[in-house]
Amino acid sequence: MSSKAQKADHLIQINNLEIEGFSDEQWHPIIKGVNLTLKRGQVMGLIGESGAGKSTLGLAAMGYTQPGCRITGGEILFEGTNLASLRDSEKQKFWGNRMTYVAQSAAASFNPAHRLIDQTTASAIRFKIKNESDAKKDAKKLYKALNLPNPESIGDRYPHQVSGGQLQRVMTAMAMSPRPDLIVFDEPTTALDVTTQVEVLTAMKNIVKEFNTAAIYITHDLAVVAQMADVIKVLRYGNEIEEAKTRKMLTAPKEEYTKSLWSVRSLEKKPVEAQKPILEVKNIDAAYGKFKVLHNVNISVPRGSTVAVVGESGSGKSTTARVITGLLPQLSGSIEFDGAVLPKRLEDRTKEQKRIIQMIYQMADTAMNPRQTVREIIGRPLEFYLDLKGKEKEDRILQLLEMIELDGQFIDRLPSELSGGQKQRICIARALAADPEFIICDEVTSALDQIVQEGILKLLMRLQKELNLTYLFITHDISTVRAISDHVVVMNLGEVVEQGIKSDVFSPPHPDYTELLLSSVPEMDPDWLNNLNKKRD
Amino acid sequence: MHPVLKTVLGRLGLGLATLFIVSIIIFSAIEMLPGDFGQAILGQAATEETVAAFRRELGLDEPPYIRYLQWVGGAIQGDLGTSFSGRNASGTDRSREVIDLIAPRLWNTLFLASVTAIIAVPVSLFLGITSALYRNSVYDRTINTTTLTTISFPEFFVAYILILLLASLYPIFPSLANVDASTPLNERLYRSALPAFTLTLVIVAHMMRMTRAAIINLLASPYIQMARLSGASQTEVILKHALPNAWAPIATVIAFNLAYLVVGVVVVEVVFVYPGVGQLMVDAVTSRDIPVVQGCALIFAVTYILLNLIADIIGIITNPRLLHPK
Repeated sequence: MSSKAQKADHLIQINNLEIEGFSDEQWHPIIKGVNLTLKRGQVMGLIGESGAGKSTLGLAAMGYTQPGCRITGGEILFEGTNLASLRDSEKQKFWGNRMTYVAQSAAASFNPAHRLIDQTTASAIRFKIKNESDAKKDAKKLYKALNLPNPESIGDRYPHQVSGGQLQRVMTAMAMSPRPDLIVFDEPTTALDVTTQVEVLTAMKNIVKEFNTAAIYITHDLAVVAQMADVIKVLRYGNEIEEAKTRKMLTAPKEEYTKSLWSVRSLEKKPVEAQKPILEVKNIDAAYGKFKVLHNVNISVPRGSTVAVVGESGSGKSTTARVITGLLPQLSGSIEFDGAVLPKRLEDRTKEQKRIIQMIYQMADTAMNPRQTVREIIGRPLEFYLDLKGKEKEDRILQLLEMIELDGQFIDRLPSELSGGQKQRICIARALAADPEFIICDEVTSALDQIVQEGILKLLMRLQKELNLTYLFITHDISTVRAISDHVVVMNLGEVVEQGIKSDVFSPPHPDYTELLLSSVPEMDPDWLNNLNKKRD
Repeated sequence: MHPVLKTVLGRLGLGLATLFIVSIIIFSAIEMLPGDFGQAILGQAATEETVAAFRRELGLDEPPYIRYLQWVGGAIQGDLGTSFSGRNASGTDRSREVIDLIAPRLWNTLFLASVTAIIAVPVSLFLGITSALYRNSVYDRTINTTTLTTISFPEFFVAYILILLLASLYPIFPSLANVDASTPLNERLYRSALPAFTLTLVIVAHMMRMTRAAIINLLASPYIQMARLSGASQTEVILKHALPNAWAPIATVIAFNLAYLVVGVVVVEVVFVYPGVGQLMVDAVTSRDIPVVQGCALIFAVTYILLNLIADIIGIITNPRLLHPK
């Protein structure tokens, strides 16, 4: 093959790329000599955990580096032009023209001050690909193709006036509007609910196929990438682990690391014997101001078990937790703990009633005072609830650290000196410090990488066995539910749709919503999305 | 009712409430000033009976709340009372209405403030936007250092340097800015040039740096990265994507500086012998002319509240979330 023909075939060729990022007063390598070749019309999935450099590499394919990053070696050839050697003003001719970008958070990535249609068409008009009226007509067609409601008028709205899933589709329309050769999708469905994710994935997949656009699809979700990509590249710590065709990668990964990513979901919990309920939520109605969010919620939690509450955003699962803890007094109904009714308001509960119910939060980062050391963070409930002081307290802190599998030297660390998983472990230790019987885990693993998630879940299960703890586990992630729960409560729009033993809830027949929810969870099968859409049509 | 109108009316109500509280504070603060007007005017030699009679004549013997209500009641109708000065022990009364004392001075102050604002606000915005545009360039650093220097010097120092340069060494402008009601506009502008220039140098730094900071703060937003990745040039990014979202903090700092131009420029007035309201108030404090002090303080309060209200409203109408509710 002549070199010219090869050029035409290869849209992007990245050779031995090195990128550094500036933090803690020095430059650190982020991408350490990665190669990447993308053909026209091909979709490549970039996967890896946080810190793998997948977003940095995806943006680098456009010749873009985030502020605080720099390219220190290698080349990025786009149809033979080395983007790495161009100045920003020269790269602007490619951005929004030949290549476009779809960001993770559409809500943050649309300018709040401008109407959607103006933002959708800006690039196509800027590069004179279409005139204004054609660009707008085309945008409306794209909105329609992406299954947006009211495609004729939705563009007249401002970003805050439409939902997250719709915004993500508008952003895809925006990326498609100049008919680029390449679209970089940067975790475009990570922030969406599963049922919305299915729609957005389908829309993106179809439109990329229709216009034969090449794409780089960045995600940490293997099942999602399996639907979208022709080839998959696995990254870790800025190095390439391996690359293969999607089907081959899913069935026969070569590297140990890839296999470990694939096997994360092998966690399985042995069912515990049914015991008397420790906590009963009875006929709860609750509201934020005039806006009613919970309608007659009933949940029963057997002692020593894990009850998973699943649902999408707005389903009322976190509100239920707030009512149980007394942070949001209910309008009607009651919360019974060991048969005794708990006062509605946190202020009216005794110290003992507060002690036995503890909570662990999704964002370990913001749930800890950044100026307190681990000693102070864990020591505070020991002092407050159990009156421990001095050596006794110190010994107990060390004991708790041992329980969460952290070394005693962590006692003097600040939260900023801990990794994401370690932070969440400290939050678990803080909850345990009160010596509780019942712990509410609110999306505790949602912000963590899969391998770290597995560690946290295993820890929680071990602690449950050792300390006979009861968990109310709030999550939107069905695979986590499958892994760790005994009982499952499905919530939607502030109501309990279904509840029962895990095996019952997960086996048909299902109520409509449970069916929709369960069928929307992506599977590792590359044909899953196509089959699902066939079935739904 | 449109939610923006509702919010604006709400803010207006709050402004009035603030004004009410401020009026109480002004009144009480002056109540607590040491010394006595009667004693001060009549001198140490005056007998207690004379002082008491004098106080009675001025109404100073009434209980404070009555005097407060009289004062506020008058102020609402535009009557700030009668000045204490012009009276003396012999009983002759050449005192004037406070409003007549303040009005011409206030007009002068507003004139100087407007001239300064007309120069300073566009200059600050321009410098702020361009220095954000060319962040960390030589231009940006020069602008930053220069404006920081001018704000770091005391006002009187800047004023005297300008007099030295532009009135003494190169006599372009007069060093005295003594205007009165009969001064024609062009003469007024000419005479006010140096004080206006001084004030411009004093306030530009603050507004310019805030504009720059507000824009640069937004440059880290995901939507700015998005704009860059859709091919927008640096100029377009700043003007079309950052600036429309930066008006609220910019308006606040402009309001703050405009308020300063009305209420805080007494030093500059003194240096240039400009007959503004600041000097009037200082004189009134020295002579314990309580009605004038109260009148000035109240007008200053109104200025502050009004300008901040306007800044608030700008913040509201440039926020699409409020302007275009769901």
